[in-house]
Amino acid sequence: MSTGILGPKRADIDAKTMRQDRWWLPPLTTFLVFTAFVIYATWRAFAGEHYYASPYLSPFYSPCLSDSCVEGSSDFGQPFSWWQLSPALLILIFPLGFRMTCYYYRKAYYRAFWLSPPACAVAEPHKGYSGENRLPLILQNIHRYFWYAAVVVGGILTFDTVLAFRDEDGDWGHMGLGTVILLINIALIWLYTLSCHSCRHVVGGRLRHFSKHPIRYWLWTQVSKLNQKHAQYAWLSLFSVAIADFYIYLLSTGQFDDPRFF
Amino acid sequence: MGYKLSLRIWRGDHFRGELGDYVVDVEEGEVVLDAIHRLQATQAGDLAVRWNCKAGKCGSCSAEINGRPRLMCMTRLADFEESETITVTPMRAFPVIRDLVTDVSYNYEKARQLPSFAPTPRDADGKRRMMQVDVERGQEFRKCIECFLCQDTCHVVRDHDDNKKAFAGPRFFLRYAELDMHPLDTNDRRKLAQDAAGLGMCNITKCCTEVCPEGIKITDNAIIPMKERVVDRKYDPVTWLGSKIFTRGDRGSREEVRPREEA
Amino acid sequence: MTGSHVVTDENANSQAPMAGRHPMTGNRMTDEVTADGHGFEEHHYDVVVIGAGGAGLRAAIAAHDAGARVAIVCKSLLGKAHTVMAEGGIAAAMGNVYADDNWRVHYRDTMRGGKMLNNWRMAQLHAQEAPERVLELEEWGALFDRTDDGLISQRDFGGHRFARLAHVGDRTGLEMIRTLQQRAVELGIDVFMECTVTQIFKDGERVSGAFAYWRESGRFIVFHSPSVVLATGGIGKSYQVTSNSWEYTGDGHALALHTGASLINMEFVQFHPTGMVWPPSVKGILVTESVRGDGGVLRNAEGKRFMFDYIPEFFKSETADTEEEADRWYDDKTNNRRPPELLPRDEVARAINSETKAGRGSPHGGVFLDIASRRSAELIRRRLPSMYHQFKELADVDITAEPMEVGPTCHYVMGGVEVDPDTAVSIVPGLYAAGEVAGGMHGSNRLGGNSLSDLLVFGRRAGLNAAYSATRFGVEPPRVSDTQVREAAAHALAPFSVGGGENPYTIQRDLQDIMQRLVGIIRTADELSESLGQIEELKRRAEGLTVEGHRQYNPGWHLALDLVNMLTVSECIAKAALERQESRGGHTRDDFAATDDFWGQRNLVLTQGAAGRVELNHQPLPVMPDELKSLFEAK
Repeated sequence: MSTGILGPKRADIDAKTMRQDRWWLPPLTTFLVFTAFVIYATWRAFAGEHYYASPYLSPFYSPCLSDSCVEGSSDFGQPFSWWQLSPALLILIFPLGFRMTCYYYRKAYYRAFWLSPPACAVAEPHKGYSGENRLPLILQNIHRYFWYAAVVVGGILTFDTVLAFRDEDGDWGHMGLGTVILLINIALIWLYTLSCHSCRHVVGGRLRHFSKHPIRYWLWTQVSKLNQKHAQYAWLSLFSVAIADFYIYLLSTGQFDDPRFF
Repeated sequence: MGYKLSLRIWRGDHFRGELGDYVVDVEEGEVVLDAIHRLQATQAGDLAVRWNCKAGKCGSCSAEINGRPRLMCMTRLADFEESETITVTPMRAFPVIRDLVTDVSYNYEKARQLPSFAPTPRDADGKRRMMQVDVERGQEFRKCIECFLCQDTCHVVRDHDDNKKAFAGPRFFLRYAELDMHPLDTNDRRKLAQDAAGLGMCNITKCCTEVCPEGIKITDNAIIPMKERVVDRKYDPVTWLGSKIFTRGDRGSREEVRPREEA
Repeated sequence: MTGSHVVTDENANSQAPMAGRHPMTGNRMTDEVTADGHGFEEHHYDVVVIGAGGAGLRAAIAAHDAGARVAIVCKSLLGKAHTVMAEGGIAAAMGNVYADDNWRVHYRDTMRGGKMLNNWRMAQLHAQEAPERVLELEEWGALFDRTDDGLISQRDFGGHRFARLAHVGDRTGLEMIRTLQQRAVELGIDVFMECTVTQIFKDGERVSGAFAYWRESGRFIVFHSPSVVLATGGIGKSYQVTSNSWEYTGDGHALALHTGASLINMEFVQFHPTGMVWPPSVKGILVTESVRGDGGVLRNAEGKRFMFDYIPEFFKSETADTEEEADRWYDDKTNNRRPPELLPRDEVARAINSETKAGRGSPHGGVFLDIASRRSAELIRRRLPSMYHQFKELADVDITAEPMEVGPTCHYVMGGVEVDPDTAVSIVPGLYAAGEVAGGMHGSNRLGGNSLSDLLVFGRRAGLNAAYSATRFGVEPPRVSDTQVREAAAHALAPFSVGGGENPYTIQRDLQDIMQRLVGIIRTADELSESLGQIEELKRRAEGLTVEGHRQYNPGWHLALDLVNMLTVSECIAKAALERQESRGGHTRDDFAATDDFWGQRNLVLTQGAAGRVELNHQPLPVMPDELKSLFEAK
């Protein structure tokens, strides 16, 4: 590297960082967890089976829109009847896109996967750097459209959760461990979705005069509070989605019986 | 209560330099800058270091302590083990002048390129009116003491000298955000922030926020909102169209500015 | 450049003013360095402003607006000047909070705060012009805290009858310097950062330029300029416990004296009543008066609000004498009198001093400043964010939960260069002074908040008049001679060649010790005489200063040069303090405890005599016109 901290004119120090703490631990953790999730999600999304255990539908497969959807899983019809692959692949682009372009996830994967930089005041290994100025990274700017989609997805998953209060026969008044898992999941999904930076901008952040828009100011204030924990919600909802899906997989494959509360 | 502190301090200029080992007496309640001063007064009269207020208000004594960008006057010795050797180096993103002093002119250059505040005319009674809630976001950014630790830690320039030309850095994204959120400003600097100031280079890895001694939420409150404002202007066709149709929106009539001429 | 009527050296206009240097910072851009920093840089300007704090920046902006070619020369980086330490606010009778407030009330407060020793005309101009100067800052981007109507909010402070201080939380100085800095940068004013002026040149009786060195390289600069504005701040670094930074070595005071100007009121040094006392490394750091303005009270070790025992006759009629009345005042200022904690600073500092001497102090030798038990944690964090931060980070004290320990700290020198009130010119043609380095405005004691407004009002006046004055020279501006330059260079390099073995840091420490012990808050003739002898001894030792290393960024050398100024100024203070046989404002004599009308009619003026010795003279106080006098009789 001829430029950067080892370049001429900078203080003559050979080390790429003088940090003595375990700065590599957070990016390594992120790397391992995200990689595990991606492997798991890829397997589950391509599998095309064991995503429905009445009355529970896996969030990976909701809404289920193609012909191949198992009976009872399509609450919004099957408009994409011609689709041959796993029905998850039709809709996963939306939550995936939302998370890929999320300001928090960007920070996390730029650090953990691209090492740009691996940690603060630790030199990155790349010679050149152009940020989010060119394709494909310039597409990060459409995050807000994914947020709009994420609100719709959130609505659908909420609907699924409501349906989880029915039993296998479609009668209301049921609650099993699956219902609880879906409830927790949808709560975290909404916390994550509503704490989004784009959401914060849209509800009021773009204003210049809060004083003239008291309701939007109030909304912005609430979203701002959530926004401070956006990273936590990003992690928690990632786990909850995977857990919800895996739980339904266990039910669907018959390896586990859904404990019922009523 | 006092003890002997081991210090490793980088001494040199921009041709050469090395870490030098020192042992200096320190007292309870002292900060790293106190140790450096005692060293200067007793062992190394020519040790170059910048400082002014010694109370975390002027942002002069920026350096890297055990590899982390910090203010020396706000780093307490009590945060370290008494037996621990504390390493102090100059900020590594800027050319070094001597010892712990670096050439931070990059930052002053960037300040100069920024089109300044251009307010609407005063009210009839000669005063201006702004509501507290409307100035609060800007006030957070104006807490900035210009220690340039955010600029120092930002990998965009720390690791890539060639980016310095086209990248204003977190400190000045604060300024862009402050002005764009100002209730009385008449300039529109959004396009400029993206094109000339290099807002798009920022990959929001948040190191600037981590090192800010004033605790300004640089990334969440300034850079990301500014990125969203740039999206309004450049990448979101719906919002852009809306602003063309409803011209009397909350932004008022702002004029898009061009970069300031290089002097 | 606007203002074609300003004629300058044609040659200077055509050459790049700072070739080989960074245009903004003045930092060197070429790789070439030589240990002896050969040669001189020469620059031609209409106005050279020394100092980049509030006064210097405001002066430079004004001079620029008047059409002059301006340079700012400052010892630190731009934006780091001591003005950033000002916390409370800018006093200006804008009437945003209390409509009854106007310049006459402000004027009266200022004069009474200064125990009537202020230059009446300066105090008048100050009170009249401050509001417009504040609005100007807003024009340039300052974001002050607001009232409910959206106007600039104003807060209570010691000695001010009405809530009058425009502020931004407790970091008003930072806001002010950043605003002025950004304005100066926008106007394209040349700034010579980390550059120290060691001498001002004269051509006959008139200022002709200045001599300076780059701290970075040690290289010398000759400024050719018919006007020089001193805006160098104060002298606090001569004291051990001070809120001032290393820059406050009295450079401007000493430069003025050496150039033939006069200093007045040097005996008046303000000790801010509330500085931090613990831990030792932060001793002296300021605790803003806003803590008391927002409801904080002072208590001794017995828990008593002792300020009620220290209300002087002069302020009895306007100060509450019960805790109940004092507490009501925060909400109802019309029917209640002010709490005694908000007496002028000199009174409070003396009171704290007496309490600690009587053995009623806090564990670390101060008293308790308590706001935690009186205001909600949320309010404290909102109104005093940097105080909260400062105590949390530096002393591990949570001011929302426990009281602070505070004690007096050297804060401000009321004395300074004697100037014409309207134009800010000293008795040397072409030499101007504004801000803390100028004297007269604050009399014997400055009110909190009046400093920032002083910087703006007189900074602007100094800048304008310096620019106008420069226009009076056509193609024949005053000249700097080669001999002068050579002598200045030799003088600056002397510490490298003298071999006396004295360490500048040691002499500085000894001086601080002498000033703190013998010329502190409470003074006596014996101690002052002793201090003069000891300063004389230090001056002798300082002739044998030895500096190690070379000229490139060498703090030891820089201190050696600053030390001469500190010694000069300290001598002035001690001399004037010994002469004034009374107690008044920032000058308290144990042997002359009363205020004396005889001394109330005169200023002490210091000049440098033929043999380089400091000479002291009495001078009658300018007489206030009758219409202003009536403001004091009415009450």
